[in-house]
Amino acid sequence: MDFHLFQNLATGFGVAVSWVNLLYCLIGCILGTLIGVLPGIGPVATIAMLLPATYALPPVSALIMLAGIYYGAQYGGSTTAILVNLPGESSSVVTCIDGYQMARQGRAGPALAAAGLGSFFAGCVGTIILAAFAPPLTELAFKFGPAEYFSLMVLGLIGAVVLASGSLLKAIAMVVLGLLLGLVGTDVNSGVARFSFDIPELTDGIGFIAISMGVFGYGEIIGNLSQPDTEREIFTNKVKGLWPTGDDFRKMIPAVLRGTALGSSLGILPGGGALLSSFASYALEKKLKMAPGELPFGKGNIRGVAGPESANNAGAQTSFIPLLTLGIPPNPVMALMVGAMTIHNIQPGPQVMTSNPELFWGLIASMWLGNLMLIVLNLPLIGMWIKLLKVPYRLLFPAIVLFCAIGVYTTNNNTFDVWMVAIFGFVGYVFLQFRVEPAPLLLGFILGPMMEENLRRALLLSRGSWSVLVTRPISLGLLIGALALLAIVLLPSVSAKREEAFVED
Amino acid sequence: MAIKSQADFFSGVMFMVIGGVFAIGSTNYTIGDGARMGPGYFPLMLGILLALLGAAIVFRSLVVETPDGGRIARWAWKPLGFVLGANLLFGVLLGGLPSIGLPAMGMIIAIFALTIVASMAGSQFRLRDSVLLAVVLAVGSYVAFILLLKLQIQVWPTFISG
Repeated sequence: MDFHLFQNLATGFGVAVSWVNLLYCLIGCILGTLIGVLPGIGPVATIAMLLPATYALPPVSALIMLAGIYYGAQYGGSTTAILVNLPGESSSVVTCIDGYQMARQGRAGPALAAAGLGSFFAGCVGTIILAAFAPPLTELAFKFGPAEYFSLMVLGLIGAVVLASGSLLKAIAMVVLGLLLGLVGTDVNSGVARFSFDIPELTDGIGFIAISMGVFGYGEIIGNLSQPDTEREIFTNKVKGLWPTGDDFRKMIPAVLRGTALGSSLGILPGGGALLSSFASYALEKKLKMAPGELPFGKGNIRGVAGPESANNAGAQTSFIPLLTLGIPPNPVMALMVGAMTIHNIQPGPQVMTSNPELFWGLIASMWLGNLMLIVLNLPLIGMWIKLLKVPYRLLFPAIVLFCAIGVYTTNNNTFDVWMVAIFGFVGYVFLQFRVEPAPLLLGFILGPMMEENLRRALLLSRGSWSVLVTRPISLGLLIGALALLAIVLLPSVSAKREEAFVED
Repeated sequence: MAIKSQADFFSGVMFMVIGGVFAIGSTNYTIGDGARMGPGYFPLMLGILLALLGAAIVFRSLVVETPDGGRIARWAWKPLGFVLGANLLFGVLLGGLPSIGLPAMGMIIAIFALTIVASMAGSQFRLRDSVLLAVVLAVGSYVAFILLLKLQIQVWPTFISG
């Protein structure tokens, strides 16, 4: 810990503790909790929806709010998982298993508290790690040339694919499809409009918001509506006595610590983030030896709530590291953050820390404040969110459709985007039917133009020789990393485990 | 040869077709070579790669057994039609459609149309509930988007607001 860290954090808090930024942080956290609690709408769709509305805000406030939505959703997701046995957020899938059982035994309060306190601790640690690791990684990033960037993006995309669920081949194909869609529009080098069919709006490329809202927003809604209504038992009236017992604390503290460590490290990985962290943490807790008299997993073990919930929040925080230091988004939410930064003319990458120190450290400081707000929002004020769970989906989804439509329209104040979102809504539903995971597509879409540009520069410098990608040591290392990831996943024993991990329970 | 996973088979075909279209399309642009990549170079490479991946997925779907035959679920035309229809109607009403001489009707009317049409996508549709919901959403949107965020959206029909 050097002196600069404290100085930087002081700068950050100076920015974050202004009335405006505190307000936007609070709005982000409330919205995040809201969509976390509501099943069927996630941070990707919400951030996409709000992107246009952030045009008018100062860049720091905009990013503070959008970040709040992401980590706020991790808090809110656990509430629904515990009380309704539905994952409010995909990263809360495993929380359902033991959390809901605890609620059935009348212990919803301690389960909610374990999730909330664990998330808070993990969020604080994640923020400190982000603050401590960002500067050295940024130093490293300045040594990167185009070849290194290209290889890093290959590693990032492979990482995202390997760690995603479902078929590996299909996920890679989705990445490539995303890269191709990202190339639609005017080529910056030659000025040629590619694949734009002489449609003026398409020469600017396909709208990122249209694609993400269509595929994630509309695609999901149509998928949800096509399933028969399920009867669900809601334990909303039985939340009394939030505070866990001493015995609960003894069990959950080690689980929180393990979850935090696991989540923080997995969040940094390309392709990592909240979802992967929670799965990994649950698997770890399950493997550890049981204390005598402890409830088995799946029957309401508090460790099965505390571990994954800490892990997903830690992972959510540290997944900002690749974005802020290298400018490479490790998951779709971070891809949207790239979009948000571009709207405000900020090129994500290592230069952000030096050129916009207020933005960089202000965002980090706001995360700590945001976590503080969230613990208040989610424990003492839990009753408010429980009421929300009683709103039926048939009233909810038309509202979501409306917000998507307004959000898309206001991006350019042009109805063309409204037609595009309908097309991608259909495409998203086709993806769902064909069982292809849409997340890798979005990452590819964001990285497409960046990859092409870096490859072009790298090959220009090497006079067309592809060997530049393997003769430069850092680039070679990154490519070997990507190959190793692929090889590990393709090993028969691992691939069987991987399928198991995503299918389980 | 029997298809052992419908979902894989059709997604593979989809990737092959899209990859092929992009690859062929990119030959309309200058390809260039490695040192001087033209605008067609990268898309051509990716298009070919996507088509190959698609072919591999199709091959797998014919060879590898899948538990439930990878059956594609029944297409839910009703929610698909109503949700996307509501969205299109919203766009038409909000911005107008000059080609058929329809003037812009503004946000409020568009919100009512979207809410009611979208509600029909669900399994139980009650007109009274959707109208109530539409009122709430219209008032909420007006306060949030027009008053607070000051977005440039036309609120009332052109022939009223002029």
